[in-house]
Amino acid sequence: MSSINSTPLRIEELVKRFGSVTAVDGISLEVKPGECFGLLGPNGAGKSTLIRSIVGRVRPNSGRILIFGETAESAAARAALGWVPQELAIYPRLTSRENLESFGRYHGLKGDELEQAITWCLEWAALADRDHEVVNHLSGGMKRRLNMAAGLIHRPRIVLMDEPTVGVDPQSRLRIFEMIEELRRDGMSVIYTTHYMEEAERLCDRIAIIDHGLIIALGSKDELIRSAFSSRSQVVVRLADTRGCVPSWIERHGGRSLGGTAQFTVDQPAEIAALLQAAAKEGHEVLDVSLHRPNLESVFLQLTGRELRE
Amino acid sequence: MIPAIIKTSLTSLRRDRGALALSFVLPIAFFTIFAVIFGSRRDTTPRITVLVVDEDHSAASERLTNGLEDEGSLHVLLRPAPKSGVEQPEYTAITAEAAVRAGNAPVAIVIPHGFGLAPISFGGDRDRAVIQLLKDSSDMVASEMIAGLLQKVAMTAMPDIMAEQGTRMIDRYSGGLTSEQRRRMDEALSSLRHQRASNGTGNRQHSSDSSGGGIIRVKARDVVGENKNNPMVAFYAAGIGVMFLLFTSSGAAGALLDEAESGTLDRVLSSRVTMTSLLAGKVCYNTLLALVQLVVMFLWGWAVFKLDLWSHIPGFVIMGVSTAFAVAAFGILLASACRTRAQLGALSTLVILIMSSIGGSMFPRFLMPQAMQKAGLLTINAWAIDGFTKVFWRDEPVSHLWPQVAVLLLAATTLFVIARRLSRRWEYA
Repeated sequence: MSSINSTPLRIEELVKRFGSVTAVDGISLEVKPGECFGLLGPNGAGKSTLIRSIVGRVRPNSGRILIFGETAESAAARAALGWVPQELAIYPRLTSRENLESFGRYHGLKGDELEQAITWCLEWAALADRDHEVVNHLSGGMKRRLNMAAGLIHRPRIVLMDEPTVGVDPQSRLRIFEMIEELRRDGMSVIYTTHYMEEAERLCDRIAIIDHGLIIALGSKDELIRSAFSSRSQVVVRLADTRGCVPSWIERHGGRSLGGTAQFTVDQPAEIAALLQAAAKEGHEVLDVSLHRPNLESVFLQLTGRELRE
Repeated sequence: MIPAIIKTSLTSLRRDRGALALSFVLPIAFFTIFAVIFGSRRDTTPRITVLVVDEDHSAASERLTNGLEDEGSLHVLLRPAPKSGVEQPEYTAITAEAAVRAGNAPVAIVIPHGFGLAPISFGGDRDRAVIQLLKDSSDMVASEMIAGLLQKVAMTAMPDIMAEQGTRMIDRYSGGLTSEQRRRMDEALSSLRHQRASNGTGNRQHSSDSSGGGIIRVKARDVVGENKNNPMVAFYAAGIGVMFLLFTSSGAAGALLDEAESGTLDRVLSSRVTMTSLLAGKVCYNTLLALVQLVVMFLWGWAVFKLDLWSHIPGFVIMGVSTAFAVAAFGILLASACRTRAQLGALSTLVILIMSSIGGSMFPRFLMPQAMQKAGLLTINAWAIDGFTKVFWRDEPVSHLWPQVAVLLLAATTLFVIARRLSRRWEYA
């Protein structure tokens, strides 16, 4: 029981259906204390339903969600969980400080406790000098940071961040990464969803890849790559002409067409020579060839047959 | 190019149900309401209620009363409606005046003792009994119409008396009639009386034409609002005020839709805030907003139009809070029933303008046909205006406001409960 109570998030056999559509089809997972857990999945994979179930906004058909041992809809779970929605869910006509004050009060904070929480959030989000600025007058990156701070005003022990870097410039994105890393240093557990593989690779200890309402792979980045590719590498071949009989040639050699290139998985670099010979033999002009170590993008592609940003 | 633009616009309009309703339903609804109120359809012409007190009980006063009862445009009451099946005594000058003060009728006619001795005169006979017209000056149409009808009825219901009075005047001012002239006059008068008797009440006419000849002496007196500086200010402050309160409230409640669209509502509901407490908070805010609006409007009425606000503070506060609560709950209900801001804008414009027109915000309900006056009671506007009128116009005590306050509070509670029910769609998926 005590291990359940110390587990920031535990999901058991979660199922959610909307009519005849099964959005979440028996997902189980566990987030460890202080861990940054990544959720990756294409649009329509069931990621949003899973997130909304965790924050108590969707009632599952079966299964259960425990946050530090408490059900997701309970007051204790709400106090322990912070949520940073993908949308800018803040009041546009209020200042940064007024927004934080409102959300703090919604979480039951008042007096000195509220004031301290506001001060911490403003500093954490690097908005202390813009605290009296109306949200509508803030830059896109500042709004994003305030949106994140509003989810942490009650100092939760686990925070769910749903694509917090959508639409921000590279500089602001780096700032957001630093903010998240600061939270992790303080021991906070983070659940992080993103469309950007490099973000998942940088921030997440473990990653779950979701498709069709199921977790199709779960582990650290290295574990995922190893399980999908073992010790193999990826070869990307760019051909002069990708029409005609080229797709069938790619398929015959165990590859796949993607973005005007042919992608193959090889055990040994020596296999590249055989591929090039086969291409020349069938009259396909090769423009260039490159050898890649597989990354999360490759894993995702390998497992789902789709690019993450499709 | 132009046909393509027209086609695109038409397709957009066809798919925008709110814009369609504003374009076609609202104008038709308004046209119908105005046509019914001001049109000339006989079956919907409003009848004016008038209380008649016959203190004289003479043949002349009875004929005048009968003549008034025969007027198709009047609804004559000689006594209040039975209470618990027990018939009530006839109105007296005092009870009729009280009834006008209470708003039961816009006018009371008191036919005094001695009226039958000289009901009609073509001269300035100062000793003649004077008919009292006790009126509520907020209904200017009714009192003017009845003053004219009194003169007309005197002529049509008492032609013999009119002729007799005329003969006397000729006799007095022409140096005396000869015996032959007097005999012929008497024969003519006898014939006139006989004809009237055989026709029942005489030459009755049901036309709504009024004429003022001044053959009977009438003295009109305001029994409500006699000391008011500006009789209609309180009515319009309440009427226009409530209409704009409804618009403001539905607009403010629309913040709920903005929050739902931006995801803020989800975030708020993922905190300790429940849907019920969120809606209650919104209703409280909208109530405060509406109350402040009313205060500003009535202060303006006091400052610019000399509305007597300060001696009516308790009644104003009670009616203000009840009205503000009702319009706030109405706004929340509209917002809960709509999916988007655009939908809310169209629906609120449609519903509020119709409510305001039949509820008396645009023109007094006493101008409307009976059926429409009753329909008006389904609106917040009518109850709020009635309450404010009691406070500012009739100077009624606060205890008399209970029907309006009860209806407004009950309406507010009901609307809130329905809104809470509709808002369940935002709670969980």
